[in-house]
Amino acid sequence: MIEFTDVHFSYHGTIRALDGVTFTIGEGEIVSLMGENGAGKTTIIRHANGLLKPQRGRVVVDGTDTKNATVAELSRKVGVIFQSPDNMFFLQTVYDEVAFALRKFGYTPKEVEERVSEVLRFFGLERYRDRSPFTLSGGEKKRLSIAIVAAWNPKYLLIDEPTVGQDVTYRRLLVQLLNEFANEGKTIVISTHDVEFVADLRPRVILVSRGRVIADGSARDVLTDEELLKRASLVMPQVPQLLRSIPKSGVNFKLLGVEEGAREIVRLFSRG
Amino acid sequence: MRAIEVRNLSYRYPGQSDYALLDLNLNVDEGEIVLLTGPSGCGKSSLIRCINGLIPQMYGGQYEGEVRVLGLNPAVTPTRVMSKHVGTVFQNPDNQLFALSVEGDVAFSLENLGLQRDDIEKRVREALERVGISELRKRSTFELSGGQKQKVAIASILALSPKILLLDEPTSSLDPLSARSLIETLVELRRRDELTVMIAEHKTELLAPIADKMVVMDNGTVIDEGHPREVIERAIRFNYAINVPKVSQLSALLSEYLNSSIYLEVRDLVDALSEIGCSD
Ligand SMILES: Nc1ncnc2c1ncn2[C@@H]1O[C@H](COP(=O)(O)OP(=O)(O)OP(=O)(O)O)[C@@H](O)[C@H]1O
Ligand SMILES: Nc1ncnc2c1ncn2[C@@H]1O[C@H](COP(=O)(O)OP(=O)(O)OP(=O)(O)O)[C@@H](O)[C@H]1O
Ligand SMILES: [Mg+2]
Ligand SMILES: [Mg+2]
Repeated sequence: MIEFTDVHFSYHGTIRALDGVTFTIGEGEIVSLMGENGAGKTTIIRHANGLLKPQRGRVVVDGTDTKNATVAELSRKVGVIFQSPDNMFFLQTVYDEVAFALRKFGYTPKEVEERVSEVLRFFGLERYRDRSPFTLSGGEKKRLSIAIVAAWNPKYLLIDEPTVGQDVTYRRLLVQLLNEFANEGKTIVISTHDVEFVADLRPRVILVSRGRVIADGSARDVLTDEELLKRASLVMPQVPQLLRSIPKSGVNFKLLGVEEGAREIVRLFSRG
Repeated sequence: MRAIEVRNLSYRYPGQSDYALLDLNLNVDEGEIVLLTGPSGCGKSSLIRCINGLIPQMYGGQYEGEVRVLGLNPAVTPTRVMSKHVGTVFQNPDNQLFALSVEGDVAFSLENLGLQRDDIEKRVREALERVGISELRKRSTFELSGGQKQKVAIASILALSPKILLLDEPTSSLDPLSARSLIETLVELRRRDELTVMIAEHKTELLAPIADKMVVMDNGTVIDEGHPREVIERAIRFNYAINVPKVSQLSALLSEYLNSSIYLEVRDLVDALSEIGCSD
């Protein structure tokens, strides 16, 4: 479980970033933090792995108050992938970047080799195993940063902007991967502006604006609420946006998928 | 007039046997907005680096073919000269920020152009206003959120008023309203100043409706180009590995009602549906 209780945080004591944030995220849940630029999403993630400590309030992860733990102690359980992947790389090859943490966590050389090969294959990076991570394309770097953390199988996985630089193939793969993780009982938190990705993933959405939680509900409910979306600088995904604009009464517009949207329109036609 | 002309361009990064770009051809006219898309690793950023001259001038490597940008050859023209005409917003904003204050960062390249003090101040103010970060003026750029940094990077290039603007996934960290407002800015500058824009993006739903031309790359080369509506139609038919706007996917599923027309915008599909009786 990840529990935030009335968390306040200001950078340098002056730049207010979190202004009383409270939520609980259970095992096996997928949560997406959404909200305007500067809302406080990354600051929340930095609190979940103990990088920042609340100035008021409490953060408890897996029963541990982060005030009593270091980032290193939490890292085996709490894997974080930050917004800018470049900051994460420091080794000569793609292979070593993935192998590094596995070695640190005591995997045998054979296990390291197997695990690294497996994740590089999954993320379409195996042909780059001997390349410097800094020579990858933007999207490839993002995938490598996810691969590094996914490799050691942390119980809590937090990904800041997972879809940056990703084409349609990897977006689908990501939806699949996050669902598999959640089915194994892991807890997933992402932060994203990508409303169409969220429409595909259908997580629980925690809407953050100006350092406060302004809504917490299903993707279907939050992403079809125009008032809320506006407050957090978001726009409605295209399918509900379309359904809502059809000048006909009795349209169910709280639908996120393309197929269900098409079925609703066919139903309208058959109704006459 | 031609803004960008690329002829039989092939390129390999130093020490690589694989081609990042392979026999690529492309024309962009002045005042056009071009959407460049294609799977991750297909060569979009590499092409942008060839147009601003970073390839081969900074990267080295094996370079064949010819590129002309407003008649200049970026492979040999000094960066100082190229950057008077071509502004680039890079995929990772950290690479173009200097950790000064926000206004210092935006003023930096203007000072290098040798502009007058009050002209610089005016341009900085306008650029910050345009991307909506005036209130962050005094903050340090390295202490901003991801999206705020991307806005500073965009502002610092807009302030230069280049003739050609190259944008590499400029909306990747922007919230959707800020992304929309950037697109509106591009459309306005194109109309006002005949700005030429080339924008690499995976989010086709944002750009396809306003682009004059859509270019699809795969494996280092152009595999399709044309009006966005036609390209999206083919992307659906031939299953290109690119994002297709959900409105267009929906049009395809409803093709028996819509006479097989594919729409790029919510508004247009709503109109088409009401016309064939989907209204009260
Ligand atoms: N290292 C830092 N030092 C000082 N202020 C910071 C720092 N990082 C973020 N801030 C400020 O804290 C607030 C919250 O920032 P945060 O990065 O959490 O936002 P975010 O929701 O992740 O935004 P984005 O969508 O742009 O990534 C913003 O006002 C930001 O300018
Ligand atoms: N500095 C470099 N050295 C060696 N190879 C590189 C370098 N930069 C990119 N590449 C390779 O060149 C190919 C094209 O990369 P490029 O960055 O142009 O792709 P892209 O289309 O921009 O991808 P993305 O959408 O992920 O940003 C990729 O295979 C990439 O790994
Ligand atoms: Mg952030
Ligand atoms: Mg790129």
